[in-house]
Amino acid sequence: MANDILVFGELTEEGRLAPITFELLGAARRLSQPLGGRVLCAVLGAGLDGQSREAIAQGADVVLLADDPLLQEYQGDALVQVLERLVREKAPALILLGQTMVGRELGPRLAARLGTAVTMDAIDVAVQDGRIVVTRPCYGGNAHAKYSFNTSPAVVTLRAKSQEPIERDESRQGEVERVQASIDAGAVRTRVLGRVKQKAEGVRLEDARIVVAGGRGLGGPEGFQMLEELAELLGGAVGASRAACDLGWYPVSAQVGLTGKVVTPDLYIAVGISGASQHMAGISQVKNIVAINKDPEANIFKASRWAVVADWKEVVPLLIKKVREMKEAEARR
Amino acid sequence: MSLHIICCVKQVPDPETPASQFRVDEAAKKVIPAPGIAPVPSQFDTIGVEAALRIRDALGDVKITVLSLGPESFRDAIKHCLAMGADEGVLINDPALAEADHWVTAQALAAAIQKLAPYDLVITGRQAVDWDMGVVGPTLAELLGIPCITIVKDVKVQDGKVVAERVLLDGFETVEAPLPAVVTVSNELGEPRYPQLRQIMMAARKQVTVWTAADLGLDPSQLKNRVNIEALYVPQTKVETEFIEGDTVEEKVDRLLQRLREAKLI
Ligand SMILES: Cc1cc2nc3c(=O)[nH]c(=O)nc-3n(C[C@H](O)[C@H](O)[C@H](O)COP(=O)(O)OP(=O)(O)OC[C@H]3O[C@@H](n4cnc5c(N)ncnc54)[C@H](O)[C@@H]3O)c2cc1C
Ligand SMILES: Nc1ncnc2c1ncn2[C@@H]1O[C@H](COP(=O)(O)O)[C@@H](O)[C@H]1O
Repeated sequence: MANDILVFGELTEEGRLAPITFELLGAARRLSQPLGGRVLCAVLGAGLDGQSREAIAQGADVVLLADDPLLQEYQGDALVQVLERLVREKAPALILLGQTMVGRELGPRLAARLGTAVTMDAIDVAVQDGRIVVTRPCYGGNAHAKYSFNTSPAVVTLRAKSQEPIERDESRQGEVERVQASIDAGAVRTRVLGRVKQKAEGVRLEDARIVVAGGRGLGGPEGFQMLEELAELLGGAVGASRAACDLGWYPVSAQVGLTGKVVTPDLYIAVGISGASQHMAGISQVKNIVAINKDPEANIFKASRWAVVADWKEVVPLLIKKVREMKEAEARR
Repeated sequence: MSLHIICCVKQVPDPETPASQFRVDEAAKKVIPAPGIAPVPSQFDTIGVEAALRIRDALGDVKITVLSLGPESFRDAIKHCLAMGADEGVLINDPALAEADHWVTAQALAAAIQKLAPYDLVITGRQAVDWDMGVVGPTLAELLGIPCITIVKDVKVQDGKVVAERVLLDGFETVEAPLPAVVTVSNELGEPRYPQLRQIMMAARKQVTVWTAADLGLDPSQLKNRVNIEALYVPQTKVETEFIEGDTVEEKVDRLLQRLREAKLI
């Protein structure tokens, strides 16, 4: 219906709804009131047992479920076909996707097929005077822009962790509508030849409660070994600035920022990172930032709760020593 | 086999402009260029040109056209890419397109790409580093009706196909598509080469073709923006920063740990 919101239910590799989907459903629930429509969730994959129930518990009114072996692995060409058909059939007012590797491709492609409007990487969607208004960072996070739309439906991708899921409710009621994938295999032109996974050890960066991140100021890959030691002691994960990743000092999968990951730990310790807006874009929701930088004017300090102006080479070994002593003392108690 | 690669290149305010010098004109909803800081070719776009040059380094017989939509000043970005080694430059310059959104931009670029046919590969940046939208590349693929591989860190042409490494959150996947195709490139591809003085001088002599909307068979009044920018502003961050004092580094570290414990963060 014309006031419905369609959420694209992104899946993990194991075929479970990904956390971003719950965030989108949370946003959709809040928007469904002013828009006066339902929340539809398209779950397109293979072997999806239990996922409809989960989508409903997380806020969907109607789950559009396509369970088809052809949807086993991510293929933009296949998904965009199914999505286009569903959108034409259901005519929602708003389509929400995550600003993920999937949403970054599907959002613009779906909008182009429908000839409609799209904005990417939003941090807020609101209804003002009956119109949908989107807020998104731009210019590397230096500015924010608000957008309205001239065409319907509006396609919007939302930044990870920008939206709160609803309280999961097993007793929520909803419908499941099974839909045919009916993929035209001839129109799937791309072929995945292989995948390489960079397996991270220990705590996943996105889930970590504490992140210790390093930048160009570390001066080389050796510094990251020390950060790993500190992170391990704190039960956290290691992140990196793009400068450090581009220099090959640390894997790209640890890059935090606009073109890397968005992280929301309780504590973020930035070591030798200047705080360029594009880096800050990945930690804009973090409340407790500690910055260790030898330049008292470093931009990172503006967003930091605690600032340590010093050479990391002196600070980090002491931090490791003292945190270790602290943990050992705790263990003895 | 001879190949034709079209690289889409935009010019942007230098994204490395210090945050302290970043200003917006809220009424005009535009960024005010920082004095003394020249605009630059959008970073991912020169990485796209680098990708094209690597394909030429590998295959030899490759023509690279740089395509840009914007005002006369965008010629600088095109010239930079010609100096990097691209062969030809095309600038779509039409005041009627000055306020083009991403949709209208893609329409004009797609029309130009068709006029430049035959072509085998279109390369764009993953996102232009002004509005950080990341829409034009995949939109071009849809408008041209060709496959698209987004956010890649490597691109090769083999046996009439494009083979690209698409960046994933925790690794990458290798994807193949028939030509012609669109790929959007990311920084993991590597640094773009820097033009040598001799190349800059040679590029200065290369002609840049200029087209208007009419040259592309487009009527700007029929091209309607899909989105409106309602507001542009610098977000305010309100953080009370405590500079941890101490006569020695050890004192600072002790005090920091004390704060973190008080806040129950460690
Ligand atoms: C479109 C675009 C997207 C981008 N995306 C991202 C992104 O996702 N993530 C990202 O991080 N960046 C991104 N960047 C890059 C960003 O603009 C910065 O260039 C980058 O973040 C800088 O990394 P850095 O802080 O490690 O290095 P620098 O800016 O070089 O800072 C190094 C810091 O270390 C300090 N230092 C040096 N020596 C010491 C020492 N001994 N002890 C203590 N401190 C020391 C210095 O004072 C300095 O502040 C992007 C850029 C663009 C244009
Ligand atoms: N005005 C333009 N001229 C040439 N290429 C452009 C233009 N706008 C966008 N592009 C290309 O499309 C990519 C994505 O841009 P955007 O969708 O604006 O983030 C850029 O990296 C460029 O390669």
